[in-house]
Amino acid sequence: MKSLAELQALRDQMKDQMGIRHDAKDNIRVVVGMATCGIAAGARPVLQRLTEEVAKRSLQNVTVAQTGCIGICQYEPVVEVFENGKEKVTYVKMTAEKMARVVTDHLVNGNPVVEYTIGAATEAINQ
Amino acid sequence: MYRSHVLVCGGTGCTSSGSERIVRALENNIKSMGLEEEVKVIKTGCFGLCALGPIMIVYPEGSFYSRVQVDDIPEIVEEHLLKGRIVKRLLYTETVQENTVKSLDQTDFYKKQLRVALKNCGVIDPENINEYIAYEGYQALGKVLTEMTPEEVVKTIKDSGLRGRGGGGFSTGMKWSFGAASKADQKYVACNADEGDPGAFMDRSILEGDPHVIIEAMAIAGYAIGATKGFVYIRAEYPIAVQRLQHAIDQAREVGLLGENIMGTGFNFDMELRLGAGAFVCGEETALMTSIEGKRGEPRPRPPFPTTSGIFDKPTVLNNVETYANVPQIILKGAEWFRSIGTERSAGTKVFALGGKIHNTGLVEVPMGTTLREIVEEIGGGIPDGKKFKAAQTGGPSGGCIPAEYMDIKIDYDSLLEIGSMMGSGGLIVMDETNCMVDIAKFYLEFTVDESCGKCTPCRIGTKRLYELLDKVSKGKATMEDLDKMEDLCYYIKENSLCGLGQSAPNPVLSTLKYFREEYIAHIQEKRCPAGVCKDLLRFTVDASKCRGCTLCARSCPVNAISGKVKEPHVIDNDKCVKCGTCIEKCRFGAIIRK
Repeated sequence: MKSLAELQALRDQMKDQMGIRHDAKDNIRVVVGMATCGIAAGARPVLQRLTEEVAKRSLQNVTVAQTGCIGICQYEPVVEVFENGKEKVTYVKMTAEKMARVVTDHLVNGNPVVEYTIGAATEAINQ
Repeated sequence: MYRSHVLVCGGTGCTSSGSERIVRALENNIKSMGLEEEVKVIKTGCFGLCALGPIMIVYPEGSFYSRVQVDDIPEIVEEHLLKGRIVKRLLYTETVQENTVKSLDQTDFYKKQLRVALKNCGVIDPENINEYIAYEGYQALGKVLTEMTPEEVVKTIKDSGLRGRGGGGFSTGMKWSFGAASKADQKYVACNADEGDPGAFMDRSILEGDPHVIIEAMAIAGYAIGATKGFVYIRAEYPIAVQRLQHAIDQAREVGLLGENIMGTGFNFDMELRLGAGAFVCGEETALMTSIEGKRGEPRPRPPFPTTSGIFDKPTVLNNVETYANVPQIILKGAEWFRSIGTERSAGTKVFALGGKIHNTGLVEVPMGTTLREIVEEIGGGIPDGKKFKAAQTGGPSGGCIPAEYMDIKIDYDSLLEIGSMMGSGGLIVMDETNCMVDIAKFYLEFTVDESCGKCTPCRIGTKRLYELLDKVSKGKATMEDLDKMEDLCYYIKENSLCGLGQSAPNPVLSTLKYFREEYIAHIQEKRCPAGVCKDLLRFTVDASKCRGCTLCARSCPVNAISGKVKEPHVIDNDKCVKCGTCIEKCRFGAIIRK
């Protein structure tokens, strides 16, 4: 260790990697449906891409989690985004590419990708 | 990046209940599911809940699994780590209530605790210096080297009110100021990790769970007093702690946090381990330093105090593991912060190793001034099998017993001394009504008789004679005059012994004599052990109204002391009986009475 500055840089870099061990209450939680239906519809690559993108951008305030079946198997893979004080956003029929766009547009810039949401999907069916 | 971290306790408690196998099974299962890029397994230090080991926490959910078995691992990996469904049946029961999962710090065991010395235990990987650095590790060392003069460091520690956690409770800041004031070409810093009290494992857990904090604190002490070399005297009976601490020292050296010109400030500091061979007396400071020099571990009279003439006759500052574990946070958060915790004369927190007749055996850290009742009933979960609290033993062989009437006393250095016990290093053994206090005193005396180094007569012969008197009491052969003799002998040993071992050895006898004198008298006058422990005073009899004459006891008795015909009440011949208790275990009708 040549200097205190070097130590502090290492600390900040390590903090990124260990953020998930804190009880972060104001975190954005991104939950991927990983029940049998989700996995069969291709949720694994979605989850992997999500993890990669979050790491690449050092998004410390994002928690990646999985959940079981939420009951809309025909729309799997399903990804839900929970943010404190905001309505839950449910993305359906996700792919790795769509996931990458959700990370940039929604998680980084705060603009939900409306066309991927369940609202858009059901509207399309109704028409 | 890993989306999930699985923390498995790698402390000695959980290792002995099989956590190594759990880690291997986890890694295998994670690999076969193809999750190795997403899920990271980390072996940490002690979480404190040793009774429930092996323990495992999965983040980001913070799910707390207890008593995990290898057979459970495939289910945890597939259900939780792959599919995100928490395996509720394996969660620590208190965290599962009314279908909501409580977070760990809301459970009774953790709610009243305040973790300062144990801050990183069970949180970081003790074998990875970077994880320590992520949790502000070595920042305090950086701060003292770049912003503070040695005098300011000593003043901060003095102002914080930190007192030695090894037992004596001497002001750490005062000790450092004496060390700093001594003039010499070479000075030393040393750490006492020779934790020898039966039932105490606070220091071991810190060394296993957070070894870098000791390195950092010793380097800070080195800077404060002008020492460039440190020794850690650690018991060889702590293999995991020795290995992790050595690993930590190697890592710190590798990245330049030990060695020459640390952080480019021109400060040099390095340290090494010295393994103790298991003599209790080597926990006494002068004996410990003699042992570090490579000589037989025997104490010597003070003065001169170690801060004037210690290891190799050079000024030495010696502190206990837990004391050091507080130092970096005092530097970073300030003396005021530390003073705000605890009581006026005992600042900060204290780690206790809870053991004996209690539900949550394990490691707890509470602010000074917490009552014994809070520790035993709330954090410890009370006494199993609905038995009644009788006493708590603190301070190990140097301490004493606290009876039930003092349960609401606020625990700090001074209050414990007032009631004839002492803080000691932090062992806290809970006893219920089935513990005989004469037997307890005898147990500790036997320990000190064994461990007396033999250098001074009052300790070598005095403790032996005291033990013989206790033995007479437990066999019902003592007289009331013996009680007075015992008391006289206790004070004699206390006043005339050379070191702390002898000076404190009679404490278990004195405190039980003070609070449980009626038990001693029952042994002497009625030839009766009220708790039913002292074998020589026990009689086994058969309750004829309950005995069905099944002959099971007669067949199990190793000395054929039980006789009787089938379907008729049996009789025990007390001349033959060796009081082994086998008949009580075997009897299905509760017909055998032990009194």
